[in-house]
Amino acid sequence: MIKEEWMTIVQNKPLALDTYEMILSGELADFIPDSGQFLHIRIGEGMTHLLRRPISITNVNPEGKRITIIYKMIGEGTKWLKEQQPGHKLHVLGPRGNGFPVEDVKYEKILLVGGGVGVPPLYYLARKLINQHNQVITVLGFQTKKAVFYEKKFAQLGNMLLVTEDGTAGFKGRVTDFLPSFRDEIDRYYTCGPAGMLKAVTKCMDTIPGFLSLEERMGCGIGACFACVCKTSDPHDHKGYRKICKDGPVFSAREVIL
Amino acid sequence: MTDLAVSIPGLQLKNPVMPASGCFGFGQEFSEFFDLSKLGALVLKAATLKPRYGNETPRVAETHSGMLNAIGLQNPGVKQIIQDELPFLDSYQVPIIANVAGSTVEEYVEVAKTISQSSNIQALELNISCPNVKEGGIQFGTDPKRSANVTEQVKKVTNKPVYVKLSPNVTNIVAMAKAQASAGADGLSMINTLTAMKMDLNTQKPVLANVTGGLSGPAIKPIAIRMIYQVRQEVDLPIIGMGGITSSEDVLEFLLAGANAVAIGTANFQNPYICSNIIDELPSTLEKYGYSSVQNCSAKGVTE
Ligand SMILES: Cc1cc2nc3c(=O)[nH]c(=O)nc-3n(C[C@H](O)[C@H](O)[C@H](O)COP(=O)(O)OP(=O)(O)OC[C@H]3O[C@@H](n4cnc5c(N)ncnc54)[C@H](O)[C@@H]3O)c2cc1C
Ligand SMILES: Cc1cc2nc3c(=O)[nH]c(=O)nc-3n(C[C@H](O)[C@H](O)[C@H](O)COP(=O)(O)O)c2cc1C
Ligand code: FES
Repeated sequence: MIKEEWMTIVQNKPLALDTYEMILSGELADFIPDSGQFLHIRIGEGMTHLLRRPISITNVNPEGKRITIIYKMIGEGTKWLKEQQPGHKLHVLGPRGNGFPVEDVKYEKILLVGGGVGVPPLYYLARKLINQHNQVITVLGFQTKKAVFYEKKFAQLGNMLLVTEDGTAGFKGRVTDFLPSFRDEIDRYYTCGPAGMLKAVTKCMDTIPGFLSLEERMGCGIGACFACVCKTSDPHDHKGYRKICKDGPVFSAREVIL
Repeated sequence: MTDLAVSIPGLQLKNPVMPASGCFGFGQEFSEFFDLSKLGALVLKAATLKPRYGNETPRVAETHSGMLNAIGLQNPGVKQIIQDELPFLDSYQVPIIANVAGSTVEEYVEVAKTISQSSNIQALELNISCPNVKEGGIQFGTDPKRSANVTEQVKKVTNKPVYVKLSPNVTNIVAMAKAQASAGADGLSMINTLTAMKMDLNTQKPVLANVTGGLSGPAIKPIAIRMIYQVRQEVDLPIIGMGGITSSEDVLEFLLAGANAVAIGTANFQNPYICSNIIDELPSTLEKYGYSSVQNCSAKGVTE
């Protein structure tokens, strides 16, 4: 089992507004058991950046030993990522965390809800679910037309509903405006996106089994430093917390307090 | 052959390198990456009497060549640590140092007493220097009399050697070290993090939920070196040095300034193999600068 690797950048190109798609090649691609797991990526040369950046795995192509990631340029770390050229190597720890549980999920009707850069991990998930004979409906939310990505790829996998806040592409509004119509027909849902969206989605879907992927600022990314904790909803849970990097980033919607 | 062994009270170390408290959990996560038996010693995350949830998130922020943390001493409590965390370390040949924290003198004493009963623990490190909790921690660590009192009371209930972890958030580090020497400390461990802050331009508020946090990493190394040097000039206690170590050259620098052993904290986050790598590289670095053993170079750079 590989835990880390200097992966080679095969491609690093703009995908949407401030959003980039990077393809990495290396042995690690053969060791990604679940969708929803992340790579913990070292940033910069030397010691200027001591914290790695967690980025979800968007897709895995084992034949070509390739992993795709999609990242939004937010600050110094992702700006540095954007500037890296094909042929250069990135040091990654991975795959880290527990991804979306799909092992026994078959012949179900499943809703995926993604917002912004929460969309990437849902792609590998959707592919896995389809391979296991499930029917997948995707609702993708973005701020504006320029920020939209992967809508065609998801459309190839099943029903896809695109929503933008300003209405410049797809339907106008927020993803949660469109969820009630699916509530009665689906067996479960998976979601990833900004905290506010996750809260609204889980509230709207409260009677249906669901899983969500959380984000938090990380130190170690491996479970040692207690930087990335969230609270559990069960008052009798003896620990009262979960580490997002190690116990998550994916949790059952009933397990954690948002 | 370069001799890496170091002997300090209660601890026969095969090499001077150990992970710093709070940056290595209770060891388990890093055992995925290398054999923990390779370490000179292993310092556990802080233990308090009762379980502590710690501060709200965000708890960490990156700064240039450093980071801020305000974890707030989250831990499952000393009993749970003994029951759930220590057994895992049984299979490794590595001395274990327990980091003891508290809000009151009584809590330090209780934690020290409880964890001392565990035979796997070779030494205690008294954390009187955590900047991220409202009570205790640094309140003791910035007052020589109060900090000496903690040490005196803890010494009464333990037969393990007590290393006291000093805070750099003081004007006179030598006075703090001297107070510890008189109080009966067996050694010093220095430095803990420096109280610091970062603003978020988007929210226009502090990044950390706790507002302030502790600065660590290479950014604080020169301060650590200065403080260790000053203390070594006037105090004879063994020193475990830490603050921004990322290479075997850094280790040599700490040794020359007066440290007897070293601990590595933040660098474990950038590179989980860092302790192992530094242990591998240390012999050739020592050789390069003309030393055949770690004991030989300790405090070699200090003028009386
Ligand atoms: C499990 C997980 C998966 C993620 N997957 C993706 C993804 O697929 N695509 C994507 O674009 N983003 C993803 N993120 C968010 C991504 O990690 C941050 O946007 C990124 O770290 C920002 O780094 P920066 O240096 O550009 O920003 P800065 O704001 O300069 O970063 C400063 C520090 O804050 C941390 N930080 C800032 N924002 C976040 C955030 N939202 N979550 C966690 N840490 C943050 C950084 O890691 C860094 O330590 C994920 C986060 C987590 C926790
Ligand atoms: C995330 C984090 C958690 C820490 N937790 C503790 C702790 O529980 N007890 C303690 O004595 N020191 C704690 N420290 C301080 C370190 O042990 C060390 O003294 C300090 O970080 C300086 O070393 P470094 O620059 O190598 O990190 C912590 C530091 C960090 C970064
Ligand atoms: S980031 Fe260190 S425990 Fe999760």
